[in-house]
Amino acid sequence: MPTNLTFDVSRRELLIGSASAALIAGLGGWSADAAPPQRDGSVRLTVNGEERTLELDNRTSLLDALREHMHLTGTKKGCDHGQCGACTVMVNGERINSCLTLAVMHDGDEVTTIEGLGTPDDPHAMQAAFVKHDGYQCGYCTPGQICSAVAMLDEIEAGMPSHVTPDLTARPQASEAEIKERMSGNICRCAAYPNILAAITEVEGARA
Amino acid sequence: MKSFTYERPDSPEAAVKAYQRARGARYIAGGTNLLDLMKLEIERPAHLIDVNRIGLKKIEETDEGGLRIGALVTNTALAGDERVRRDYGVLTRAIVAGATGQLRNKATTGGNLLQQTRCPYFYDTNMPCNRREAGSGCAALEGHSRMLAVVGTTDACIAQNPSDMNVAMRVLDAEVEVLGPKGARSIPIEAFHLLPDEEPPVKEFALRPGELITAVTLPPPVGGKHVYRKVRDRASYAFAVVSVAAILQEDGTGRVALGGVAPKPWRRPEADAALPKGSKAVADVLFADARPTDDNAFKLPLAERAIAAVLADAQR
Ligand SMILES: Cc1cc2nc3c(=O)[nH]c(=O)nc-3n(C[C@H](O)[C@H](O)[C@H](O)COP(=O)(O)OP(=O)(O)OC[C@H]3O[C@@H](n4cnc5c(N)ncnc54)[C@H](O)[C@@H]3O)c2cc1C
Ligand code: SF4
Repeated sequence: MPTNLTFDVSRRELLIGSASAALIAGLGGWSADAAPPQRDGSVRLTVNGEERTLELDNRTSLLDALREHMHLTGTKKGCDHGQCGACTVMVNGERINSCLTLAVMHDGDEVTTIEGLGTPDDPHAMQAAFVKHDGYQCGYCTPGQICSAVAMLDEIEAGMPSHVTPDLTARPQASEAEIKERMSGNICRCAAYPNILAAITEVEGARA
Repeated sequence: MKSFTYERPDSPEAAVKAYQRARGARYIAGGTNLLDLMKLEIERPAHLIDVNRIGLKKIEETDEGGLRIGALVTNTALAGDERVRRDYGVLTRAIVAGATGQLRNKATTGGNLLQQTRCPYFYDTNMPCNRREAGSGCAALEGHSRMLAVVGTTDACIAQNPSDMNVAMRVLDAEVEVLGPKGARSIPIEAFHLLPDEEPPVKEFALRPGELITAVTLPPPVGGKHVYRKVRDRASYAFAVVSVAAILQEDGTGRVALGGVAPKPWRRPEADAALPKGSKAVADVLFADARPTDDNAFKLPLAERAIAAVLADAQR
């Protein structure tokens, strides 16, 4: 058992907890006198404007809920550990890694995925700019790059500082250095970075 | 991932009660560290208490003129807060030097304080690791320890605290407010992160079972120039090899703490006092009891040069 638990749970206690969790579905680590909470959760999400209710194993990440349960496979699974950014979606307008969060934690939240930004016939400006500037090669990281970029420009507009912002009390500018730093959580294995930067810069210029 | 039951209380008190009722429970905030470890089955909670809807998302001014930061304030919100940017710049600088935009949007103040080490053997469940499994040994002692701690370690564990935020919290003399089964108390940041004992188990935080972090308070601003310098293997998105958080006054006095070199943010009052004498004097104090490995002895001169750069910057 991990000794790095934040709290002192004895080995025996944890073994009992997980043994009963394995044996008595639905009872988990609960003591007998309390009402057992559910092992499976019902989650209500608004995804790309559409309300959905899902019955999910508590372990289901938001990413797996989107891909495997709602069949929105535009959002990609890369590392599944929050390192690569391929799974980036927007929740209540903010970009997050959908692999490092549980779907059950998002009851009532609004999720926007690449499918919700635009369609092939009516693309979002960022999608159009990625096509125009060839901001990809294999395309696997692209949905995450685009969702990240859209939310990132909102963060600059909201005045959020970054590691390269020179003056913390001034409004950040959408400079090349700022965009690169703020997009560092989206890895592109084909290294299409110069074209990704060109696409984002164009959209930013049009917004300004 | 092992299966678990889940609940979402609506107040701090209800969260603590939930912890007392359940066995093998853990709080979950942003989840960016805990879920990562649960996927690897390094963490195997039987019950998760989601604290995202218990409130504690505000940054308020205290009567003393400082700030009280709710435990669920995200790293993005904290770094972007106007008062923090103006009066506690070292904290904003440290936070934005860590992780990525996506992660900082989820990471919380409480979760960041409790983030786990990044020692590679802690993550490799085939290897001995006292921090993961007390008494199994420490694979890092004879292994790759380039990123690990050089001071404050024992043969039980030589892992570093990887947080950027924590280093700034240390230099700002933050206090961690907690609520537990036995009531509320406040823990000074210097006593919050623990050094390993000579023998395992490795206890890393001063929290008692069931204690929930409710807030972090900052004393009134002390002025001065706020600097956070992070030395890492890439220009962005990498953990610190060495980092320096400093608040420097015009007369040459100030405060300094190091990250990436110890199991906790590393600060010594005598090192603060040595600041007017320059980087060597400061590093000599901070590393007086250093016990680096062959792999990470380079951190000692590197840290001294990073301190020198910070002092030079402050004079510009
Ligand atoms: C790819 C990657 C890169 C990263 N890079 C950096 C970096 O460069 N610098 C850096 O500093 N960090 C970095 N991080 C770490 C990141 O900062 C942490 O994961 C984050 O701060 C944890 O916060 P959280 O709210 O998500 O915590 P959680 O994962 O929710 O929780 C972490 C721990 O704290 C406990 N906990 C949470 N809230 C409370 C509370 N209120 N009371 C009691 N216990 C609580 C949980 O039980 C758990 O044990 C990185 C993470 C990833 C995945
Ligand atoms: S340094 Fe600590 S975390 Fe790393 S292997 Fe040794 S005991 Fe485990």
